[in-house]
Amino acid sequence: MIAKVTEAHEAPEISSESEESIVKKRRVVVPGEIIVSGEDYLPSEGTRREGMNILASRFGLAEESGRVVKVIPVTGTFIPRKNNVVIGRVTNITFNGWVVDIDSASSGFLPIDESPRFINKNEMDQFLAIGEVVAAKIWSINTRGIDLTLKSKGLGKLEGGFTFRIIPNRVPRVIGREGSMIMLIKEKTGCDITVGQNGWIWIKGQNLDDQIRARKAIEFVAEKFHVEGLTDKMEEWFEKN
Amino acid sequence: MALKREDGRKASDLRPMQAKVGVVPNADGSAIFTFGDTIAIAAVYGPKQLHPQHMQDPSTGILRCNYDLLSFSVSDRKKPGPSRRSQELSKMTQWALEPALDLEGFPNTVIDVEVQIIQADAGTRTAGINAAALALAHAGVPMRNLVCAVAIGKLDKDIVVDLDKSEEDFEGGEGPTDFPVAKLANTDQYTLLQLDGKIQPERVKEVLSFADESCAKIYEIQKKALKEALGE
Repeated sequence: MIAKVTEAHEAPEISSESEESIVKKRRVVVPGEIIVSGEDYLPSEGTRREGMNILASRFGLAEESGRVVKVIPVTGTFIPRKNNVVIGRVTNITFNGWVVDIDSASSGFLPIDESPRFINKNEMDQFLAIGEVVAAKIWSINTRGIDLTLKSKGLGKLEGGFTFRIIPNRVPRVIGREGSMIMLIKEKTGCDITVGQNGWIWIKGQNLDDQIRARKAIEFVAEKFHVEGLTDKMEEWFEKN
Repeated sequence: MALKREDGRKASDLRPMQAKVGVVPNADGSAIFTFGDTIAIAAVYGPKQLHPQHMQDPSTGILRCNYDLLSFSVSDRKKPGPSRRSQELSKMTQWALEPALDLEGFPNTVIDVEVQIIQADAGTRTAGINAAALALAHAGVPMRNLVCAVAIGKLDKDIVVDLDKSEEDFEGGEGPTDFPVAKLANTDQYTLLQLDGKIQPERVKEVLSFADESCAKIYEIQKKALKEALGE
């Protein structure tokens, strides 16, 4: 199976290379800190208005693009969103689907109808057994839980290789603008890599050394997420390691 | 001022403070906060699914705190495990932090805060609250503001800030009074007021103005710790 990062590319990119003209430089804010004052600004994600001021509601990087002010989170748990590609582990098999732990507050459910081919209800564990790792897409979030699907390119059971975890908010940086970063890592290490928006990353390569190199490269990116022009730094890193 | 403090501090001087976030790699957010020889570590896990299910609240997420003195943190070894005192302080910490949080976006979930005191020299609950507020912010939890906490004391007739253990055991005159205060930073909203000892009602205002001044200093330390974590 060829693993691709597909939809994950559409995620917002944490990089100040884009829209340089209207985006002011980002700065670190703490909860309750005043980001800007004035009636003209519009509070967006992670901010709130109190009188004349726009305050940060959470810790992160404040960004003004035009009139809109938002805070980009840099730490914390995964907040599931529709169309996120996630990697999870099967924890239970019910009569009509699989329960998948996707490392968020509620677990995901993958109904049998959402598998890419017909599966006999008596032989569900032959397609996905408990403990196996799967890449899936979130197709709906409701009060009962999170529903997953496999009906998209690059999704399905992940066989061989290994998975590890990074801080979920750093995922956009690992993928890079239109997948530039992940493409570079794939190219330099020759590994198949699938990145889940929940911070789980699956790597499979020809040999162990390549896989470990890919993992170290990804961890380097996640560590240096606030550095600008990271793709160039990454090329330097690959020459040294 | 009549009374001279043993370590040469002025009445309004806090002990040297240090703060750092990201000290527990496996937690979603963590921090260490010290007041002189008092060291508190806080780790935050969540928001995550709450069990037992009957505790779940479909309208909002809930906060659960656990405070503990580690057995080696005091000079006479403390028997490990929960005690009456630690249960009380866990609740105090929780009540002090709850008003700062905004958990409506995380129904049916819980945020666990673990506060552990690895070295105790009085003021452990306030150090714990400061560390926990930092850890919650570091975990990316939506908050109205940071929480700053400080213990104000009264030694005989003098009001002093941030008592250490020797001052807490002070004898003479009106005796020692311990008055822990926590508040939302940059506001006049107090989330914790406790009183152990005696104080004249008209002097409480004086205590609060000392608390405001100290909390402003603590806030700067907390802010710096969070900003340093992102290399600013």
